[in-house]
Amino acid sequence: MLNQSLMQQGAALRAKTISSVELTQTYLDRIATHNPVFNAYLTVDAKISLAQAAAADALLANGQAQPLTGIPFAQKDIFCAKGWRTTCGSKMLADFIAPYDAHVISQFNRAGAVNLGKTNMDEFAMGSSNETSYFGPVRNPWQQQSVPGGSSGGSACAVAARLCAAATGTDTGGSIRQPAALCGITGIKPTYGTVSRYGMIAFASSLDQAGPMARSAEDCALMLNVMTGFDERDSTSLQRDKEDYSRDLNKPLAGLRIGLPKEFFAEGLNADVGKAIAAAIAEYRKLGATVVEISLPNTKLSIPVYYVLAPAEASSNLSRFDGVRYGYRAPEYTDLADMYEKSRSQGFGEEVKRRIMIGTYVLSHGYYDAYYLQAQKIRRLIAQDFTDAFKQCDVIMGPTSPSTAFNLGEKGDDPVQMYLSDIYTIAVNLAGLPGMSIPAGFGDNNMPVGLQIIGNYFDEARMLNVAHQYQRATDWHSRAPQGF
Amino acid sequence: MLLSTADVQKVARLARLAMNDTEIEAARSQLSGIFTLIAEMQAVDTSGITPMSHAQDLSQRLRLDVVTETDQRELFQSIAPQVEAGLYLVPQVIE
Repeated sequence: MLNQSLMQQGAALRAKTISSVELTQTYLDRIATHNPVFNAYLTVDAKISLAQAAAADALLANGQAQPLTGIPFAQKDIFCAKGWRTTCGSKMLADFIAPYDAHVISQFNRAGAVNLGKTNMDEFAMGSSNETSYFGPVRNPWQQQSVPGGSSGGSACAVAARLCAAATGTDTGGSIRQPAALCGITGIKPTYGTVSRYGMIAFASSLDQAGPMARSAEDCALMLNVMTGFDERDSTSLQRDKEDYSRDLNKPLAGLRIGLPKEFFAEGLNADVGKAIAAAIAEYRKLGATVVEISLPNTKLSIPVYYVLAPAEASSNLSRFDGVRYGYRAPEYTDLADMYEKSRSQGFGEEVKRRIMIGTYVLSHGYYDAYYLQAQKIRRLIAQDFTDAFKQCDVIMGPTSPSTAFNLGEKGDDPVQMYLSDIYTIAVNLAGLPGMSIPAGFGDNNMPVGLQIIGNYFDEARMLNVAHQYQRATDWHSRAPQGF
Repeated sequence: MLLSTADVQKVARLARLAMNDTEIEAARSQLSGIFTLIAEMQAVDTSGITPMSHAQDLSQRLRLDVVTETDQRELFQSIAPQVEAGLYLVPQVIE
């Protein structure tokens, strides 16, 4: 059951070969066994999960089931879920019980899905290794001393270790794709505006986008069908017709044009990752695709641009945490200003404070034009690079991350080193394009390598088709870490 | 790009973050490294380019000016650090 697809699990539930309560209990038992080591979940509430499962069983018995009814999902702890502790990986929200549901959570609830618990993450989604979580790092199920990637590290670990059927993540600069790559799973960040950000704790609002993390492209398609759709409570939610993201899964790939950006295969890419990606491209040629070299000349600039824009938006978004209405308040203070300063200093971790300071600086008087405005202008150049590239190809492929999972503590105290590891994912967020990562073999240390697939705006169905055909021809996505 | 101690102190104050001298110095060193990375974009000629704030370049949607939210004061205040008679309590600001 643990290795079955969401469609197979749904079919088994509808055929009553297993009940949702039994399936949920199976995962809860696995979480109880493995979570003390892997720290993938921050909050588990068996009572709520089993009540949801019992309700799902009632729907199944009445023949009112939808495709995901009764299936247990893990939710990244960035999504507010009514009655659940929702921490965003921060001491600031360590005791915050969400008073309402995020749009994504209510979509899963409406589908009759079960919430298995809330997954660990980098604090306020700021990190690429899950090491900035106030609640401690997550371990990679393929090798315990390695990071799972971040910021959706808990979700990636939970999927890879079969501690849930699938999970949600969010991606501001690669936070779905990079942990998916490092844990050997499939994840997709849809086009900006496709999934409502309502109730998703804000990091950088013009870049943040939620998406599925699962064991296959087919599973991701089923989840996208539930997660997407217009929501008036998010001012950037797009008004578009509902799509069936599974509709093109089985189309053959003959004639597909794959663009390989030369900047993604230059200095900085580890040889073992490059080798696995080359083998994946060769597999695509066998499936009938043609390959064309393209150029995304401003790729290198995406890191400085991102580290101006994202912190600027974060410094504004995180100004709401002041110790007054909710969240952490310092125990001792002299006056109002002191209360603000002490609550924020004690409630936020180092990386979050660093990014608030970068953002405050670039938005401060006299620097706005030189930093924020200049970054927004280069952002357009970066987006234009993709528009030009898609004149020559249908999808863009390359590595998701320059290396496989690194060791816990390896990147040490130098934030710049950590930032540089997001080189292949960040530009996609700046342009607002959809991007995904799928397992494509293993590196020298037997750790998973992720192949990134970047599509044009609203081309998720095609990307899922491209990923699914590869997953029919290979079995990398169905490999599980030893012991799971 | 090197930031001065005064720069960092000013930013910390604007960001409402209390930091001692050791923390200011550590932040100064790390922020200087990050701003060296950020400085790479200063050389790019962007004359005539319109800044891009959102991927789809859509204008903000407007809605009818009617009340849609219900009163949930009790629920929302149940998670506040300190409330009294429906009000959020903070240290006194006016003598």
